[in-house]
Amino acid sequence: MTASLNLLIGVSLIYVAFLFAVAFAAERAAVRGRSGWLRTPLVYTLSLSIYCTAWTFYGAVGYAARSGMEYVTIYLGPSLVMIGWWWVLRKLVRIGRSQRVTSVADLISARYGKSNTLAIVVTVMAVVGVTPYIALQLQSVTLALSAFAGPPAADGSAGLNMLSSGFWVAAGLAVFTVLFGTRNLNANERHDGVVIAIAVEAVVKLVALIAVGIFVVWGIAGGVRPMMEQIDASALGTWQVDRSRWAALTVLSAAAFLCLPRMFQVLVVENDDERHVQIASWAFPVYLMLMSLFVVPIAVVGLNLLPPGSNPDLFVVSVPLAEGRTGLAVLSFLGGFSSATSMVIVATLALSTMVSNHVVMPIYLSLKPGGASMSGDVRSVILRARRLSILLIIALGYLYYVLSGGSGALAAIGLISFAGVAQFLPAMLGGIFWRGATRVGALSGLCLGFAIWVYASLLPSFGQGAVLPASFFEVGPWGIGWLRPYAFFGIEGIDPTVHAVLWSLLLNTCVFVVGSLLSFPKPLERLQGAQFVNVFDHSGQARGWHASVAASEDLMIMAQRILGAAEAQALFRAAAREQGMIGHLPEPNPAFLERLERELSASVGTATAHAMVSQMVGAASVSVEDLLAVADESAQMLEYSSQLETKSAELSRTAGQLREANDKLTQLSVQKDAFLGQISHELRTPMTSIRAFSEIMRDAEGLSAAEKTKYASIIHVEAIRLTRLLDDLLDLSVLENGQVSLNPATGRLDAVLDHAVITAGASGDGRLRIVRHKTTADTMLTTDMDRLGQVFINLITNAQKYCRAEAPQLEISVRATPDMLRVEFRDNGTPIPDAARALIFEKFARVAEGDGSGAGLGLAICREIMARLGGDISHVPQASGNLFVVQMPRAAALAAQ
Amino acid sequence: MDKHVLLVEDEVNIIEAMSFLLKREGWKVDTHSDGATAVSAIRDARPDLVVLDYMLPGKSGIAILTELRALPDFAALPVLMLTARGQLRDREEAERAGVNRFMTKPFSNTEVLNAVRDLVRV
Amino acid sequence: MARGPSSPVFLERRSYRRRRMQDAQRLLPVLGLMLWMVPTLWPSGDEAGHVAMSGVIYYIFGVWCVLIGLSAWLWRGLRRSAEDAASDPKHDP
Repeated sequence: MTASLNLLIGVSLIYVAFLFAVAFAAERAAVRGRSGWLRTPLVYTLSLSIYCTAWTFYGAVGYAARSGMEYVTIYLGPSLVMIGWWWVLRKLVRIGRSQRVTSVADLISARYGKSNTLAIVVTVMAVVGVTPYIALQLQSVTLALSAFAGPPAADGSAGLNMLSSGFWVAAGLAVFTVLFGTRNLNANERHDGVVIAIAVEAVVKLVALIAVGIFVVWGIAGGVRPMMEQIDASALGTWQVDRSRWAALTVLSAAAFLCLPRMFQVLVVENDDERHVQIASWAFPVYLMLMSLFVVPIAVVGLNLLPPGSNPDLFVVSVPLAEGRTGLAVLSFLGGFSSATSMVIVATLALSTMVSNHVVMPIYLSLKPGGASMSGDVRSVILRARRLSILLIIALGYLYYVLSGGSGALAAIGLISFAGVAQFLPAMLGGIFWRGATRVGALSGLCLGFAIWVYASLLPSFGQGAVLPASFFEVGPWGIGWLRPYAFFGIEGIDPTVHAVLWSLLLNTCVFVVGSLLSFPKPLERLQGAQFVNVFDHSGQARGWHASVAASEDLMIMAQRILGAAEAQALFRAAAREQGMIGHLPEPNPAFLERLERELSASVGTATAHAMVSQMVGAASVSVEDLLAVADESAQMLEYSSQLETKSAELSRTAGQLREANDKLTQLSVQKDAFLGQISHELRTPMTSIRAFSEIMRDAEGLSAAEKTKYASIIHVEAIRLTRLLDDLLDLSVLENGQVSLNPATGRLDAVLDHAVITAGASGDGRLRIVRHKTTADTMLTTDMDRLGQVFINLITNAQKYCRAEAPQLEISVRATPDMLRVEFRDNGTPIPDAARALIFEKFARVAEGDGSGAGLGLAICREIMARLGGDISHVPQASGNLFVVQMPRAAALAAQ
Repeated sequence: MDKHVLLVEDEVNIIEAMSFLLKREGWKVDTHSDGATAVSAIRDARPDLVVLDYMLPGKSGIAILTELRALPDFAALPVLMLTARGQLRDREEAERAGVNRFMTKPFSNTEVLNAVRDLVRV
Repeated sequence: MARGPSSPVFLERRSYRRRRMQDAQRLLPVLGLMLWMVPTLWPSGDEAGHVAMSGVIYYIFGVWCVLIGLSAWLWRGLRRSAEDAASDPKHDP
């Protein structure tokens, strides 16, 4: 047997070396950036298999041999959690990623206002809760070794020394974990090598268990049907279940699956892609089902095959051994060994992160009065803290193993551990789903639940009378009957495990809820609570810092010590570049400080990172309340100044309006002056001629008859001009004031044009040739015909007056659409210059030199008329000549009169 | 030798009337109706008196007067300005520009002839 | 799931289907819990009409397989609709 034991140790060492090589290769690949294959859904799913420890590997069979089907509840709970990933896991993973959470303690502390007290409590609870579990692994491995070494002789000499072998196993695991987990301080607390190693181990243990199962079912029993018959015929043949345990253990295993530090590590911290959770939601239940499929057959065959009194926890190894299949037994041992090593590595890694981040670092920081910037290389301190924590945790596990005597059934120890960590559940779930959950509630709930668990589950596990006196169990502590560890409130007859789980979780939850309802959270807690609960709405960080006090250099020094020089410099440089600054040091603005805090928290945990940055930023004296007070104040000032701004904006708006009004008035006054000047000029000019010539005719003697006639006719023409001017002015005034009365009538457009041509022609000199394009001879329209005719006459008269071509010509054409009429007057005279075109429709604007008979009101009147008729008149620039366009609706909706 | 007057005016009938009146008084009358070229016409003609309309096409009477006063030879040339706009501001403007006499249209023939006689003592 | 005020009242057919598949995914663990709690109703141990162990094994692992199958089927369906939605958001069947 010694030979096979040596062989076994040799094989184990080779196996460990192989794992180490795999992990090393994976980390090398990750460093070189080729980590794609390291982070696949398959690897993620397999890494979850650290749930299946040596306890499940060996213990499940023993459990089945003792209690029948009940072992399966340990797998049902996690299966339900994974299948229902949408409920909790998705949110946990998202929060874990967005808040850079490093552990379950970090999650709870970050949620409740980055409280380090809470982090310490959770860490202590986790260490205490997981210690039995680590002891369990030691126990399973040594038990398995002992199976190879042969049953211990009655005098204990021939058998394996359980204590010393346990010690060596513990020492080996510790070395292995230190080498694996703390080779460097990973930026985001992920361990590519470890994850790959545990994925490999997941395959090994599954293959080993299935190999044994297949050997048992088809090799020994002879197929599925005979196997089932054998099962039904065995002592386990009938359905036997403690119903309360069945339900309680399913719930407990589900809770533990979420709360176990090592599960949190692989589920959340090591998660690389949320989609992996979706795939694992069905793939991991497959794994769990396969792991539990052959448990009952192995148990039944073991019970039948091996002598009574054999340890059922060892059937997985002892059945193949009894059948002479040493190779299979070694494989099976390796499976169990794998389960133990992967669990211990991840569990101690997770715990050591918690211990170093939440216990060692805060103490270290508080002992160094200068703060993080004054001390030496924090990085090495953290690594040393991690290594020490690992050794401490494994030592504790070994201590428990020694104290509990390695006697208890594996399953019972595992359940104690489960119940311990399940105490995190109310604070955790409450924290991510209920914004009202507070630090006080979480702290009191956790402490009470933990106390009940210690009292009703952990301490009794050492045996009645070992730690707690036997009287406690009989009459209660100091005779208080309702405090008996197995019968709280005098309710007896509940299974001790169910009793402990029920009361601890129930009271934990009650106190958590009541405490939360009664207490008032601090501002940071409320911010964090909102961030956690609404993580899918916004994945930003809680606002915290405003820092002009913090010198970027100090922050840089600190960051270098924690993140490493190269990474810290890269981070600072990137931030500086984003801020658009040249150089290596960014402005310590809130965004940067938040980012830095997040990066630091990935290495040292949320609470510590917060504390470090706050030391830097505000000499450790700036509390969040202060910050919020400052924020309030500045908000008030902002409001006040914005009020002032509003007022001054109002004033300047009013001033602007006044200025505008003034400008308008000035402009109006200028226009009025100009208008009066124009009118005066237009009136006085003909009057001057009239007066001069009438005086000449009165005073001068000896005027010839021809002279007299000439002067009289001048007087006559000027008088007519005056009259027309007055007519036009009146007309314009009436039009502009909208007092004009229009007489709408229906008639032919051509008739209006004909009349206009004749009327205008009568007053002209007959040189202008008018060309009519009578394409739309019978176009009908409804409008004020006289007014429209006035516009046409004006345009024709203007052409007569101003068209200076050799053979002046005016083309008149009509275009009709169903609604609109467009009359074009195109002459061949000199085009109106661009500068003047804007003015021609203004009053008294005479562009070209004319015979002086017009007052320059014609086009202004035309424009007014067309506006009244619902149309318009415009001048269209031409290469040669001028084009006036008159547009109007066929049926004028005559403008308001 | 007859005194020489230059009428700068664009209204045909007013030119007619003024020419008639001044010729009968023994003036040699020249006319010019474009504001833009008025200054050079005055320089060429070197009249004893200029009758200048306030509103002219091309250039205003004030502008012509200002230009004229800037020329040393014409700084003291008598200028009678006629305006039809009749606004007080125009008169002030014209006086600043150096007008000798400012009259608002319509005026009586006697008035304008007296003004001419005042300006140029025969 | 609280929807923002800007969420539309009615969803297009496919998003509706996706939402219902998510609902199914949420209800799956409830179904599993109910099915796996059924054995607590069975007569146990020496009680009359006891159930054979093989039957229990078939039942529990059968439920397991059904849950895994449903979960994988829903995952595939959701993944496909997510891919469809990502590749062709405007397509309306």
